[in-house]
Amino acid sequence: MHLLDLMDALRRMTLIRAYEDTLVTLLSQGRAGGTCTSVGGEASAVGVVSALAPEDLILTNHRSAGHLLARGADPGRLLAEVMGRRDGYCGGFAGSLHVSARELGVVLTSTIVGGELGLCTGVALSQKVLDKPGIVACFFGDGAAAEGRFHESLNLAAVWELPVLYICENNEWQAYVHRRETMLGDGIAARAAAYGVDSASVDGCDVAAVFDAAATAADAVRSTGRPFLLETRGYRLRGHLEPDDQAYVDAAELARWRGQDPLDVLRRRLEEAGLAPAELDAVTREAEARMEAAVAFADASPLPDPARLLDTVYA
Amino acid sequence: MITTESTVRQVTLAQAIGEALAEEMRRDPRILMFGEGTATKRPDLVAEFGPARVRNTPLAEGIIAGTAAGAAATGLRPVADLLFAPFLCYAMDEIVNSAGKLRGLSGGQFAFPMTILAMTGAGWGVGAQHNHNVEAWFVHSPGLKVVMPSTAGDMKGLLKTAIRDDNPVLVFTDIGLLEQAGPVTDAAIPLGRAALRREGDDVTLISYGKTVATCLDAAARLAEQGMSAAVLDLRSLKPLDEAAILASVRRTGRAVIVHEAAAPCGVGAEVAAILAEKAFAALKAPVVRLTGPDAPAPGNFMLEQALLPSPDAVTAVAARLCAGPVPCPA
Repeated sequence: MHLLDLMDALRRMTLIRAYEDTLVTLLSQGRAGGTCTSVGGEASAVGVVSALAPEDLILTNHRSAGHLLARGADPGRLLAEVMGRRDGYCGGFAGSLHVSARELGVVLTSTIVGGELGLCTGVALSQKVLDKPGIVACFFGDGAAAEGRFHESLNLAAVWELPVLYICENNEWQAYVHRRETMLGDGIAARAAAYGVDSASVDGCDVAAVFDAAATAADAVRSTGRPFLLETRGYRLRGHLEPDDQAYVDAAELARWRGQDPLDVLRRRLEEAGLAPAELDAVTREAEARMEAAVAFADASPLPDPARLLDTVYA
Repeated sequence: MITTESTVRQVTLAQAIGEALAEEMRRDPRILMFGEGTATKRPDLVAEFGPARVRNTPLAEGIIAGTAAGAAATGLRPVADLLFAPFLCYAMDEIVNSAGKLRGLSGGQFAFPMTILAMTGAGWGVGAQHNHNVEAWFVHSPGLKVVMPSTAGDMKGLLKTAIRDDNPVLVFTDIGLLEQAGPVTDAAIPLGRAALRREGDDVTLISYGKTVATCLDAAARLAEQGMSAAVLDLRSLKPLDEAAILASVRRTGRAVIVHEAAAPCGVGAEVAAILAEKAFAALKAPVVRLTGPDAPAPGNFMLEQALLPSPDAVTAVAARLCAGPVPCPA
């Protein structure tokens, strides 16, 4: 098992945060549409994606920017997509909710909650039947775990022995409803046993812990060819759909989780390891500079030709 | 296509489905098939292609269709059997939101070469949760293609083309036609081309599925009364053969559209709109639809049969249109 380079993790997590902050700013200026940010999920995204191999495939959902950037997406092309520009990964037709990037192995994205769970079994079936080396990582939230497709997907993946790493990013929020209103029990991971699937639950605010758990889980999927459910426990630090004032969020609970902001957790660890604050601040400045260039790139990218919309509907 | 006597055989429509599947799976190793009872009911396919390519699934239409879509996007060419058309309600997200839309939304990065099989229509008295002609729902959804054949030969040829198509294609089987035999060949039949089953000069009867036979019956009766009715079998509902519809109705000036599905926003409504938009000057009479009722199909064989458009009704309406200027038929 390779080791996680914590400085590299900090760079990617900081870029994700800078990307989302930039997008929210652009939204407030009327330059981008509403978006579901991944703020608070950076450690889960970077920890899991770092544990994947280049040939592995990813399915994600409406809260996808962290997964895409962790996988190495160009923030300029991602922003161009969200701003509806031609140089976006989907040619400017996807917006922020359905971004997929075949060249990065991010093969399908569904904004229907649970949609990715319905598709990942088929992607894994292709890997298995066509004897391709990679496993399939499917990211979904605790909300999706309330959909019937969660059950159908885990059950079929178990019965057909499909190489799916299920990652439930439990961030305690399901759109505008807290998880405690929609399900009993402490989390999602325990459900896997009912399907004959192995599982683990990990602190989703600690990127090193997530990486270790994901690497172990991915190895299990790779060596057995069977599915695994990894639950990362974190908190959605911003609202559901920007702009969102989070007036419905319990202030004390939010403050408590802000104390475990994945970026701060990692910074503290690096400082304890002896890195100078200046070195860590440089990472932030680097991310901000990259986002400045990304905005310039997206701004300069032309709008797609509306006629092309009809070109892509049918093969 | 030149066919010799030895290549044309008589098989039932149900057998034609099996032949199309076997021939296509033989041709392309990326084709696999799964569904509720698929392996159980098609032991010949399991024997020839193995259990990896012919699979039983859990009773879970959503994940069956989703698995098909995910597999299609990443290199396989799945055929998913969802059994009965109303069961597609459980699979709508995967068919409509994923398979139909993710090619366009992804800017063309992914294709979804998959085929969905489903049975529908009167014939078994199974009631509205097994019999509901929902084909128009999918015509109305972008990215999907829809066929509903009326003969064994068309079923085989169109299913072969559906499997070869790089888009999701829904192939609806009319339950009432399953045991009807007809000639088949090994040739694929292109989507989007209607079949003119009978030439005619006075009125065009436009249909698909089992009501094509109803129209042919009516056309024979109209001939006895001295009227010449053309019968156009649409076969492919999306893409729709607009040229064939317009060509026939421009010639006859009259159209009766007959289908088992309910009238509101159905395929007949689309055909009538096309005629109003593009053949208005050629029309000598109002366009009329004869359809099944806007009601759940009863789980009662006698009632189910009684509610179908009948040859008598088609004959009467067509004859009234041909009789001369009419204000508006019933």
